[in-house]
Amino acid sequence: MTTRPVIRAARFVLAHVPDLVYAGSKPRRETAARGRDVRAQIRSRLRTFREAVAYAPHQVMIGNQAPEALWDLPRPWHLHSPAEAPCEGPAGAVVDQPTFYAWLARADTARLIRFDEAFAAEAGPLVRGADLATASPDALQSAVASGAEPIGDPDGRGIGVLLPGHAQDESLAARVLLENLATKATGALALRRLLDGVAGDEPVDFLLGCGEEAVGDRYQRGGGNLAKAIGELAGIRTAGGADVKAFCAGPVHALIIAGSLVASGLHRRVVVVAGGSLAKLGMKFLGHLASGYPILEDVLAGVAIDVAGDDGRSPIINLDAAAVHRVGDGGAPHQMAAVLTKAPLRARGLRLSDVDRFAVELHNPDITEPAGAGDVPQRNYKMIAALAAQAAEIDREGIPAFVRRHGLPGFSPTQGHIPSAIPYLPHAIAGLTTGRCRRVQLIAKGSLFLGRMTEMADGASFLLERNAG
Amino acid sequence: MVDLRNKLVLALGERDGIPGQALQACAESAGARVVYVATQCFV
Repeated sequence: MTTRPVIRAARFVLAHVPDLVYAGSKPRRETAARGRDVRAQIRSRLRTFREAVAYAPHQVMIGNQAPEALWDLPRPWHLHSPAEAPCEGPAGAVVDQPTFYAWLARADTARLIRFDEAFAAEAGPLVRGADLATASPDALQSAVASGAEPIGDPDGRGIGVLLPGHAQDESLAARVLLENLATKATGALALRRLLDGVAGDEPVDFLLGCGEEAVGDRYQRGGGNLAKAIGELAGIRTAGGADVKAFCAGPVHALIIAGSLVASGLHRRVVVVAGGSLAKLGMKFLGHLASGYPILEDVLAGVAIDVAGDDGRSPIINLDAAAVHRVGDGGAPHQMAAVLTKAPLRARGLRLSDVDRFAVELHNPDITEPAGAGDVPQRNYKMIAALAAQAAEIDREGIPAFVRRHGLPGFSPTQGHIPSAIPYLPHAIAGLTTGRCRRVQLIAKGSLFLGRMTEMADGASFLLERNAG
Repeated sequence: MVDLRNKLVLALGERDGIPGQALQACAESAGARVVYVATQCFV
């Protein structure tokens, strides 16, 4: 039996965790190099939960605003937030730090967290049913001296510590486990939110993880299958699971594979899931401090995307227009763009202009520009527009108009795999069902070369099309 | 115009811009010796 695969829904959860910014890779390295003053500087520019919720790009992530609304909002966007905004939206939610900590506690199946006694007493209602292991402040301090990782502000009152998983295994070091637990918790938050809102009575057959974490011990570092652990934490019993690894391109690869699993009839419902990246918190904090910005990288993002058989309504993953960047393809930006955007369209007799919106890496430029990394989506859109000009679809003067008509402003937190095209999915689904869109192309790229195993980059794309019923 | 002949070059590429290897090829074709090449990802 075969069917056309559709994407029924996508949900994002942003966990606002200002006290974990210090545990990000960059803040940690800068603190080691320059001392605790770094943490004091960060502390002075952390956002409140209310500020994080009201931040316009976050409102776009959870579906309360259209991405296009950001075109008209003066930047930097944090200066133009309303005083209040809802923390829930049709595409997800922003959750506060106590809620995240409660999920972190539930995620700790190995019982390696030792909670501060006072925190455990206060958090009681949030962690109903959980049997929390507690310790006194002195015992926590002594654990940190022996390799435990503080959870929360190391100079203030944290919630406790995470013990190493093994005394000599660096893959189970406490800081590695904290990253992985944070990913598991945020992935489960997103998955739970999806299933609470979409076809909760239909079993999930398979979970495809697509995050960038590395779960395993010293004999299988990065062994993976966090997907199943996320499913367990989210209370799912029917699904199997496995992970797809492809750096930031992972989610788009995973959606193509999920669509294929559904199209083949092997599974009826596959959920693509990923948690957030603790290592990337505060990644560009130096630029933010230098620009007088708040620390904008203070959220962990989780995502869950529902792929099922044709329901006659939801947009279709057109597997005939799926593309991957092959080993023999060139890696220059124009070559990547041609392989991932133009070629699969041409094969179906379509022009670039026939795509209503291209969803590329949607990094929020407010985060990247102060650190000198530029506006990533706009660079990608200019490249696609240049290909349209090269193909004589538009003239050179039409490039800015093409970018505005077919592109998007960036609005995603810089959480690695999260910004790669998928933040547009909730908006694309709306546009392709109740709106006027006909087709959206999702394009992701991955920096494989960072792992030192190859000089190659990677990429994948597919076309999401209106369902004619 | 910079004359790259006999110069030592550090080639730092960027994923969404010019890859390090392309910079290396250009610099070497202009007579430079590339002593370090890397491609970075800034997101």
